[in-house]
Amino acid sequence: MKFEIIVQLKREVLDPEGRAIHETLGRLGFRALKGVVVSKRYELEFSGSEAEGQEAAKKIADEYLANPVSETFEIRKI
Amino acid sequence: MTQFTNIGKPNVGLIQFPGSNCDADCVDTLKRHFGLDTTLVWHTEKSLPKVDAVILPGGFSYGDYLRSGALASHSPVMASVKEFVKKGGPVIGICNGFQILTESHLLPGALLRNASREFICKYVHLQGQTGTSVYSSMLCGKTLSMPIAHGEGRYYIDPEGLKKLNDKGQVVFRYAAADGSVSDASNPNGATEHIAGIASENGRVFGMMPHPERATDVVMGGSNDGLQVWKAFFASFL
Repeated sequence: MKFEIIVQLKREVLDPEGRAIHETLGRLGFRALKGVVVSKRYELEFSGSEAEGQEAAKKIADEYLANPVSETFEIRKI
Repeated sequence: MTQFTNIGKPNVGLIQFPGSNCDADCVDTLKRHFGLDTTLVWHTEKSLPKVDAVILPGGFSYGDYLRSGALASHSPVMASVKEFVKKGGPVIGICNGFQILTESHLLPGALLRNASREFICKYVHLQGQTGTSVYSSMLCGKTLSMPIAHGEGRYYIDPEGLKKLNDKGQVVFRYAAADGSVSDASNPNGATEHIAGIASENGRVFGMMPHPERATDVVMGGSNDGLQVWKAFFASFL
């Protein structure tokens, strides 16, 4: 089974990439655009039970894929 | 040249990761300016040889994949470096080495994409800060000039962590103007409170984004201020 993990910067941390995209899109006429947040998506495939996969995905996200100092993550089964 | 006597000669280990590219500069600095041979340690080693101190050099370890320094922090040799630090072992991390130290949680905070989004390669000035480490006691009040070369050097720490850093006197360097004044104008990457280098609470682990190993000979670009950082590194454990 597969899980997706989305990692993004915490809201209070400046995201220069999102800001650059936002500025450019604003300049291209999307005036109502209020903000852009860039995130990273990982797809993890596991063998074994769903519960085991879920637990491993959480551990991987928490300890490796996201840096708790600056980032948050979400896990979804796909 | 500062030379050690044969009795007092420290054995310094340098960890090489795939993508390290400032390793040779560190080796050269220690050889020509301090008369020391460096022990090179490849990242796949499971244990650290007997060394007195460790250098984590700059570069782009593991291609900066995942996050700068993140994969290196989980390399086999780093488990042993973490043990070394636990026992009070001294470590200096420069640029990518600093990123590896924060990713390893050996120093607080994180190093994020520069606010300007640009890779910045230029000489900057650093102002040594008052603090509790040997680095601070040797460098506080001094304005040093040396290069930075990074795309992800914006030091970030949350307000609580920042307060702790300041209260415990762990900030060693802030980006400054040539006269030593610290302001937004002299902050190249948007770092929290212009922080360029910090030490651990016990002062044994030190990380900085600028490159002291690239400022050791005036002929190479106008500054040998980096040598003062290396002297502080040696003083931190000798």
